[in-house]
Amino acid sequence: MGGTNGKKLNLKLKVWRQKNSKDAGHFEEYDAKDISTDCSFLEMLDIVNNKLILEGKDPIAFDHDCREGICGSCGMTINGNPHGADRGTTACQLHMRRFNDGETIVIEPFRAKAFPVLKDLTVDRSAFDKIIQSGGFVSVNTGSAPDANAQLVPKEKADLAFHAATCIGCGACVAACANSSAMLFTSAKISHLGLLPQGEPERDRRVLKMMETMEEAGFGNCSNTGACSLACPKDIQFENIANLNAEFLRASIRSRD
Amino acid sequence: MKYITSAIGRKQLMAVTGLAWSLFVLSHMAANLLILFDAEAYNKYSHALISNPAIYLAEAGLLLTILAHIVNGIRLTIENRSARPQKYAMPTNGEKAARFQSKWMVYHGTLLAIFLVWHLLTFKFGTVYMVTYNGVEMRDLHRLVLEVFQDPMYVAGYLLCMVAVGFHLSHGFYSAFASLGLSHPRYMSLMNKFGYLYALIIAAGFISQPIYVYCIAVR
Repeated sequence: MGGTNGKKLNLKLKVWRQKNSKDAGHFEEYDAKDISTDCSFLEMLDIVNNKLILEGKDPIAFDHDCREGICGSCGMTINGNPHGADRGTTACQLHMRRFNDGETIVIEPFRAKAFPVLKDLTVDRSAFDKIIQSGGFVSVNTGSAPDANAQLVPKEKADLAFHAATCIGCGACVAACANSSAMLFTSAKISHLGLLPQGEPERDRRVLKMMETMEEAGFGNCSNTGACSLACPKDIQFENIANLNAEFLRASIRSRD
Repeated sequence: MKYITSAIGRKQLMAVTGLAWSLFVLSHMAANLLILFDAEAYNKYSHALISNPAIYLAEAGLLLTILAHIVNGIRLTIENRSARPQKYAMPTNGEKAARFQSKWMVYHGTLLAIFLVWHLLTFKFGTVYMVTYNGVEMRDLHRLVLEVFQDPMYVAGYLLCMVAVGFHLSHGFYSAFASLGLSHPRYMSLMNKFGYLYALIIAAGFISQPIYVYCIAVR
């Protein structure tokens, strides 16, 4: 592990504070002093929060869990960019060495009608769960495990499905989209499950149901700007959305419902 | 859920109507290039178009597709705006920012809708001059075009709108194929480049005409 380089930063934070989903919310300014450049962004917030707690003030609420970029819990908009300016990085994996001494950092929650703010930087992303529940699954027979290679999967499709499956459902795509659309998230699930033979039985119904749920949840429509993919910490590709469009058209034509 | 009222269904309606108009503007631009060469050919071409009874069918088709494109576009924009009631204090920047023309579709689109009405009022419903070639009397559109493009303000406004056409197409053309499901990275990247080229050809073709008239033809 690399040791500390001893550099310290003094920063100004402009943080969105909101008591609950009904509160109007406002920005508050904080000083983040003597922050090591080895800190992650969330560790920097921890330091600020410790100070707030010692002062008897309400700490800044934010979501986090694994802190190694795989759980999808963290998510905040840093200087206008979901998870910060670095490509392919979650907020927890963003390091303070990416910032300059004396810089002002604006921190906001992910903003979307479908992601109501619960408190400060935490938002309710259960709309994603609803999309998954409506079709993000495959049916598997119970009983003993099947032979490992009994079902043939072309390598190319397996790779594409696997890459789509790396979506951690953090919601950065929605936060980045000018329309707050959940198309990249939904399309990642459609590619992940629909490209594999195991997902074939539910293929048509899945895409129709998941899109219906996405619309009902209040997400916007897609304008193909590709901002979602640029903001995605897992680099989920825009081509998944185009694939979702094709899958939806195919399913709409074939559906007998 | 009905396909045509669904998010993707309406996106694909935008794509199909947009592509129809992309083809129309190509033919419109290419044929009008005749103005750079010959007044008689220009007038005869327009006469051949407007004297053909099928023109009413074509016009009705164009009107229907553009209305579907506009009405659908406005509805989508309203929905999309309402999907983020609270705006960000800071816009997305740096490497994570999408190309601006893709985010401004509704703005250059609105400008183009206004331009369309202005354009029809100036030419289609503008002053009627007549000319006779080999005993056939027809509209002298060439004279009208030369007259209109002598006003520098008109030319400037026209050029601005043609730049907007270029921006609209530079995202719209590629976007239409993505909406219709072209997902192979090789063809998508090709279509992205082709979209830029297509936009450039259309915009440059249209821009060349008033510039030619203003700077060369009437001097």
